Amino acid sequence: MTPSVLAGLVGAALVGLGLYGLILHPHPLRKLLAFNLIGSGVFLVFGIVARRGAAAGLRFDPVPQAMVITGIVVAFAASALAVALILRLSAETSRLTLDPEAWTKPDGKDAT
Amino acid sequence: MTTLLDLFTLVAVSAGTFFFFAGTVGLLRFPDSLTRLHALSKADNLGLGLVALGLIPHAENLLSALKLIVIWVLVLLSSASTSQLIGRALRRGRK
Amino acid sequence: MTLLSILDVELALLIVGVAIWTIAARDLFGAVVGYVAYGLLLAFVWIRLYAPDVALTEAAVGGGVTGVLLITAGKRLGALKNAVPDAQPRLAFKLLTAALAALVACAIGAAVLMLPDPPPSLAPDAAAAANGAGAGLGNPITAVLMSYRSFDTMLEKVVLILAVIGVWSVGTDKAWGGAPAPFRKAKSYPPMVFFAQFLAPVGVLIGIHLFWAGANAPGGAFQGGALLAAMWMVTMMARLVEPPPVDAQWLRLSLVAGPAVFLIAGLAGEIVAGSFFAYPPSLAKPIILLIEAFMVLSIAAALPMLVAGPPSERTDP
Repeated sequence: MTPSVLAGLVGAALVGLGLYGLILHPHPLRKLLAFNLIGSGVFLVFGIVARRGAAAGLRFDPVPQAMVITGIVVAFAASALAVALILRLSAETSRLTLDPEAWTKPDGKDAT
Repeated sequence: MTTLLDLFTLVAVSAGTFFFFAGTVGLLRFPDSLTRLHALSKADNLGLGLVALGLIPHAENLLSALKLIVIWVLVLLSSASTSQLIGRALRRGRK
Repeated sequence: MTLLSILDVELALLIVGVAIWTIAARDLFGAVVGYVAYGLLLAFVWIRLYAPDVALTEAAVGGGVTGVLLITAGKRLGALKNAVPDAQPRLAFKLLTAALAALVACAIGAAVLMLPDPPPSLAPDAAAAANGAGAGLGNPITAVLMSYRSFDTMLEKVVLILAVIGVWSVGTDKAWGGAPAPFRKAKSYPPMVFFAQFLAPVGVLIGIHLFWAGANAPGGAFQGGALLAAMWMVTMMARLVEPPPVDAQWLRLSLVAGPAVFLIAGLAGEIVAGSFFAYPPSLAKPIILLIEAFMVLSIAAALPMLVAGPPSERTDP
């Protein structure tokens, strides 16, 4: 089993694990962590495609790797935006949940 | 000459790995967080220093060897500072 | 089985194990620590896949900066009163989700095993385009990022700016124009101050070197910029400097400098070299390095602002 096939299978396992955590965890920040896990699993699959695409005298295909580099930075930017939204939502509704039914302001009125 | 250098690398890296192993044993077996911190910061840094020392004969040029030493110094610095921070947090009763 | 393949299997098992810990940990802090360790182990896998640039980016951004973001978020969330988490879901729902996750994982795994052979590759196109533009860069990834797919990279810089605007917009109306909350509430602590004072100059030097060396060796603008961002964050954590107010002119200029210079270079390419984002062959490498320098500035400004968060009402004057 070459390293690339092994890494691809690890990527598949990570996507499955992340999906499980994303759906199940009620805490929004842990959902965000699981979502990042899914993202890095997908990047690993990109990585093995890049490794298998060795041609033109290079040991790898640079185009998927360049995409993964921009993808990692964009994933971080999206995570930062999600964190800001979660913090503001929790401050407004005093609840740590993404369930709209449960949102009420501290003075008892509806948050939405 | 090269076999002597290879032997030196082998001995140094093995000793470094032994210290990492000792640090991990300390992490798993010591009773509380402060003693575990002690095991990690001391043993792991010494292990890294030995590994870096062992890799120096195989560096391509003087600059790469210096980079290895700089890496070790940086890890020493960050490990010392974070150990202080963790120790203070432990003393205050946080996690 | 060779020694290397045994190590590969061990690394794979370790990564999946740490990922399981991240999902299954009891509290948020443990999960975040697991995620940072997972990011660093993933850098090893990238090295095994012959991708040192991606390994650098993953260790710096994926492991380091994301870890700081999540730990700061957990701390700020813990400081909120009356924040009560939801109840855990029932067992039947857990089994159903596990089945769905296993199905998705198997589908992706099957796709991985059924990849076409001989594998298609864009490497010849990329190499031809990079050489045709006269870029003369020794690092093919930098050539792809700045020459073959330069428009994508510019759009990615714009996405960073949009994320900063989004994070700033989440603040309350009263606080608009102010500075984000400081990274630590406590006053400065001498070991942390020593750490920041020692590390920051060294880190800035290494970051600039990573950017400069990225033209011909693994490295580049993203990696160097992430390191510079980390150094600014370390000094903010030591409270040697405070997060700047969001309406500071120098901050906003630094943020837009990267995509602005990139866009101007692309539009100028229309006039000078015949098509959008084409570089004149003799000047390609200096132009690329100039654009990358401004990109490093923007990344170093944007990442800490993303971690610092929205402007908050300052309680102390």
